[in-house]
Amino acid sequence: MSASAIERMKFEDALAAFEPVLGLETHVELGTASKMFCSCSAEFGGDPNTHVCPVCLGLPGSMPVVNASAIESTIRMGLSLNCSIASWCRFARKNYFYPDMPKDYQVSQYDEPLCVEGYLDVVVATDDGPREFRVEIERVHMEEDTGKLTHAGGDTGRIHGADYSLVDYNRAGIPLIEIVTKPIVGAGELAPLVARAYVTELRDLMRALGVSDVRMDQGSLRCDVNVSLAPPGEPWGTRSETKNVNSLRSVERAVRFEIERQAAVLSSGGRVVQETRHFHEDTGETTSGRSKEHAEDYRYFPEPDLVPVAPTADWVEELRGTLPEVPSVRRARLQAQWNISDLDMQTLVNAEALDLVESTIDHGVDQAAARKWWTGEFTRIANEQGIPLTDLPVTAAHIARVEELIADGSLTDKLARQVFEGVIAGEGDVDAVVQARGLVVVGDDSTLLAAIEQALADQPDVAEKIQGGKVQAAGAIVGAVMKATKGQADAAKVRTLLLEHLGVDG
Amino acid sequence: MSVTSEADLVRQDAATLSSALSAGDITSVEVTQACLNRISAVDGTIHAFLHVDADAALATAQDVDRRRAAGEELGRLAGVPLALKDVLTMRGVPTTCGSRILEGWRPPYDSTIVERLRAADVVILGKTNMDEFAMGSSTEHSGYGPTRNPWDVERIPGGSGGGSAAALAAFEAPLAIGTDTGGSIRQPASVTGTVGVKPTYGAVSRYGLVALASSLDQAGPCARSVMDAALLHEVIAGYDPRDSTSINAPVPDVVAGAGNGDIRGMRIGLVRELSGEGYQPGVRESFDKAVAMLTDLGAEVVEVSCPHFDYALGAYYLILPSEASSNLARFDGMRYGLRAGDNGEASVEEVMSRTREVGFGAEVKRRIMLGTYALSSGYYDAYYGQAQKVRTLISRDFAAAFETVDVLVSPTTPTTAFKIGEKVDDPLAMYLNDIATIPVNLAGNCAMSVPIGLAREDDLPVGLQIMAPAQTDDRLYRVGAALEQALLDKRGHALIEEVPAL
Ligand SMILES: [Zn+2]
Repeated sequence: MSASAIERMKFEDALAAFEPVLGLETHVELGTASKMFCSCSAEFGGDPNTHVCPVCLGLPGSMPVVNASAIESTIRMGLSLNCSIASWCRFARKNYFYPDMPKDYQVSQYDEPLCVEGYLDVVVATDDGPREFRVEIERVHMEEDTGKLTHAGGDTGRIHGADYSLVDYNRAGIPLIEIVTKPIVGAGELAPLVARAYVTELRDLMRALGVSDVRMDQGSLRCDVNVSLAPPGEPWGTRSETKNVNSLRSVERAVRFEIERQAAVLSSGGRVVQETRHFHEDTGETTSGRSKEHAEDYRYFPEPDLVPVAPTADWVEELRGTLPEVPSVRRARLQAQWNISDLDMQTLVNAEALDLVESTIDHGVDQAAARKWWTGEFTRIANEQGIPLTDLPVTAAHIARVEELIADGSLTDKLARQVFEGVIAGEGDVDAVVQARGLVVVGDDSTLLAAIEQALADQPDVAEKIQGGKVQAAGAIVGAVMKATKGQADAAKVRTLLLEHLGVDG
Repeated sequence: MSVTSEADLVRQDAATLSSALSAGDITSVEVTQACLNRISAVDGTIHAFLHVDADAALATAQDVDRRRAAGEELGRLAGVPLALKDVLTMRGVPTTCGSRILEGWRPPYDSTIVERLRAADVVILGKTNMDEFAMGSSTEHSGYGPTRNPWDVERIPGGSGGGSAAALAAFEAPLAIGTDTGGSIRQPASVTGTVGVKPTYGAVSRYGLVALASSLDQAGPCARSVMDAALLHEVIAGYDPRDSTSINAPVPDVVAGAGNGDIRGMRIGLVRELSGEGYQPGVRESFDKAVAMLTDLGAEVVEVSCPHFDYALGAYYLILPSEASSNLARFDGMRYGLRAGDNGEASVEEVMSRTREVGFGAEVKRRIMLGTYALSSGYYDAYYGQAQKVRTLISRDFAAAFETVDVLVSPTTPTTAFKIGEKVDDPLAMYLNDIATIPVNLAGNCAMSVPIGLAREDDLPVGLQIMAPAQTDDRLYRVGAALEQALLDKRGHALIEEVPAL
């Protein structure tokens, strides 16, 4: 598709003319060991159709049984979103035919969600400093995931026009929770940032709860973004529903794009169509999917194969006791504890390095050094390799050991980098890499002095300049010494020795 | 027992066979072979079976005989043959539910009932015919042709479990499993002169029972005697963690109930709404005589009213099709069973649609359409919602009645077996067959049909329905045993002995 096909209005102009209303529906795959209604493994991946049984294949005669740990995770999620927990609720069947659904109905919750009426506070950075928004939560409910279709042949990658389609039911029956916000109004130009901050906060919350690995890249966290526009003071407009937005950045971009697109439609006298749209990571655009003008009738009714879910008040209170610190509270605590600026904190958060830095500090590493390694060198390498920071094979213990060696003068910063290079390349732990690569500071003064004398002899003009008071010329000699020692000398020490040797004050 | 011929052997009840097997008078292989031979001889006429697995049955029988000979302690029904309704999964054995849409499907897993039967060393002979997906009262709606009633092969054996009931009455098997959503165990029992029990909802696991209407379906025992039904009931009932609607409580002692025909002092209620108009005179007469017997046996019989039973049929024909329309959605040609219209050009929707068009029979389509309509947005409250309210009222009627009586009784069916073809084009007339049996399914309590005689006008069997509160299934057996004994005393032989030779 060509980028010019879709008319857009400049973001600032769009916001001058219209107020956006957002709604976010987030699906999270719970990290339970087994599926929602059977004992099959809920692990991601696996050869197609190997994590299946009569129940999740929906074979005739099979029956679902609710996974209690999925209920538990959902209640904990609801509690940490400040929701009320239903004392009695039922699953429902959502009926529609599609080959990725083994039973041609999805077991979901409909008008009786487990958790209702909560909120999540999020903070966005503005030119005037951080601003807090309260995002109200309408409901948190459970459902089962569908299988995964792959369409072969054809050029759309969608079912229509495909030569054939393959279906993998490993994902069918994985427990999902869906978190639905109430309409988010009044965010104005901050709407894209609020959307992103909300999903980020939700993700961090679920990670802290340990209920999901919340990997957007693997689809364990998926977001549907609803956007509508209306002129100020007018009733809300028709909304579009952009499905399966799969990164934090994309959430922000999708909101921004929809604002710009709908503003162009409305200001040219057009009408926004109620439809689902697809987001394209490459172009940052959304394109039209299925029209929702004629609402599909899912013929919901209470799932007769399952008894109602009725968590006791005692159990709910017990679960409330297991809630971890809310991420925003934790961030504020750590920031104060480490005594770092808002900007430094933001850098850590953006780099997704908070947990890593905290654990590194827990290993006795100085906070500045811990932050430097994770947001500097390691972030660079992770970006290069296109993997999340957490997937790097570097641990807090590695950093602690390297810092120890730096402190006792055995490693320089530069050598330390080489050590990590080796660790990441799988050459072993810190000491093994130091040993194997022979990475030790050349610290012995006589060796260094010999190298210095050699360098001075090679560059007599430089020696003269230094002695003449141009201390900055020392760099050339230090450089030569570093080269001669293959970088394994401490540059500062070389400089001190050099100046001492020449009788010049540094 | 002194049994000399196969003809004798197949006519014995399970309790008698059980004693003879444990005494070493006969072997399971002999009994099983006798049943298989009987099936070969008569099933061409009766068509009770859709699938007979002689090799597997004989292998099980041999194994039981070997273990018995080795002195192993075996269950009471070990080595006794049984016919399984074709709506229950059995690993590797065709399971069609009487539908062409499942032709050739061999499930990769055992239903809990089959697991329990295997654990009890019961010999499973094969799978019995039924109305397609258990929708019907005559077995005429089977995708594989009707089953015939051994009392008169021009007549229906009831439905949906006509195959299981006919297998008993034709002496092809001493025991059978049925399933009952609105009367599919009790009505066939009634019209074939056999005993059929719908246990309390949740008493027998539904895992592996291909669902018609999940909130109504219940599997249960079918037999030629009350004691046999109790022995089978005991084997198949019990908590199953794979069925979340399964009852986690001890099974009432049904065998003790069947062994205790003493009903002196028992309070028995006649349901006013399940009498009067629409009941065949001969059925009415047999029923009145049976009620007189109950009084003679020392029970106190009173009339009670269950006013909302009048709405049961209407509510049932909303709830059942609604659930069925969803339960049957999975038969779409994508994963198993029939696939039609896949010509390389057709879309997935076209293949699904074509498969369902040719795979389902008319009655199944009728009910799927009714259910789809009843669940539709804008109609849900008026139909499904209202039907659920009726259901609650019916439960309350039962609860109120059981405040004053221990069990309720009624004729099981309004008429004796009707002629094949007589009602097949008149769904309403067909639905009326289940008018007395449906309330129990809606309320989830338990009921039994027990033979009480032959109707004066056609010499065909009449059944009496006993209804008891949930989880008091033992009461059914107590009253059933009392009636059975009284009838035996009166006639000098069991009613089933009067089935004409085939
Ligand atoms: Zn499974």
